Amino acid sequence: MCRTVDLHQAVLARNDENALALRGYLGDRGTVAVNLLSSPGSGKTALLEQLLARAVAAGVPAAAVTADLATENDATRLARSGAPVRQILTDGLCHLEAGMLRRRLEGWMPEGTRLLFVENVGNLVCPASYDLGETLRIALASVTEGEDKPVKYPTAFGLAQLVVITKTDIADAVGFDREAFLRGVEQVNPGVPVLETSARTGVGVDALLAHVLRAADGEEAHVPVLAREHERYLDSHDHGDGTGPHVHDGDHGHGDGRGPSSGGRGRHDDVPGAAPVPAETGGNAP
Amino acid sequence: MHELSIAVAVVEQVEEAVRDQGRAVASLTLRIGELAGVVPEALDFAFALATEGTVLAGARLLIDTVEGRGRCEGCGREAPTGMPPVLWCTGCGATLTLLGGRELEIVRVVLADGPPGAESAEDGPRPAVAGLPTRDEEAGHVPHR
Ligand SMILES: [Zn+2]
Repeated sequence: MCRTVDLHQAVLARNDENALALRGYLGDRGTVAVNLLSSPGSGKTALLEQLLARAVAAGVPAAAVTADLATENDATRLARSGAPVRQILTDGLCHLEAGMLRRRLEGWMPEGTRLLFVENVGNLVCPASYDLGETLRIALASVTEGEDKPVKYPTAFGLAQLVVITKTDIADAVGFDREAFLRGVEQVNPGVPVLETSARTGVGVDALLAHVLRAADGEEAHVPVLAREHERYLDSHDHGDGTGPHVHDGDHGHGDGRGPSSGGRGRHDDVPGAAPVPAETGGNAP
Repeated sequence: MHELSIAVAVVEQVEEAVRDQGRAVASLTLRIGELAGVVPEALDFAFALATEGTVLAGARLLIDTVEGRGRCEGCGREAPTGMPPVLWCTGCGATLTLLGGRELEIVRVVLADGPPGAESAEDGPRPAVAGLPTRDEEAGHVPHR
């Protein structure tokens, strides 16, 4: 006979647990993390360099980790800002996870760091699914990437708490359709704030830093529609601020925090007394 | 594409769940929302790779797809969000509340009669391949190429 084991576990449960722990770790140190998502070539590194330099100039202790597939160029550029910077080489891996980030921070992150910028791997698909314990998640797109970017990558833009347009100094030259871009953003993430920036001219950089600082000071960040559904599951583990755009769902762990094999015979069967319940499409059922 | 990372996470959780059972896994049911950012076809492919050499080798992957649905906070209208989603109400313009579509969950596992590696009547397990995805946290990630 076949035996059915009901699990009802979130696939990303482990990352979510690590993110929760990381959020606590950062909170204990008075540090606020900002997770930056974009495609390669979005100008994210240039903008972050400006942002760090202005934070340093304003006396705000800021640091950055930058995830890259294989090179350390980004860290070298960012270090020119004067802020502590650490490279995480992912060896071709497509996203950061909370546990990985935590291990890189431990023993490195300077005491008193107020803002920790996390430059995620240049990719708008995979990183969107992984909560990194951030307080603010930003999705960036440059004017050269086309106005359909938000609709093409609805998870990344749909879970962002702030959308940043980069390289706006060349918007006219490349024929950027600003209204279409904003319509796409509004479609997948109604009400999300949008900032327009240029690392070259410096436009919007102060506004961006101010936005980040307000979030750090506890101003409630935008809660995307895509992230809101999650709140109904929050009772299974206390997330504290409850504002992070977690992507998990489901009552994983049933609140007891143990693995499902603790009973030795699986969790339980759906129907009491009717133990072996074949899956509905059970081609392998006897 | 992170579907291989997802598949490896699934395999890891299922292995943990059935470790004490001493049986192979016949099938595995996942619930995946349209708006979860996971492509079922890619996951199907990744699943075959990720299960090689594990207790899930040869298991059938059953995917329950959940439609993205929203309810308007203004007029109360309920409708599918579509994909890519439109998350404001096309009737009155108010913001929607998401009712479903973000699921990414392991629902259940059906165990086979015999231990891993035993022949089953219909489709025997694939031959085990040594050295494939055991996920320690760092090594289990997947190249994005
Ligand atoms: Zn409406």
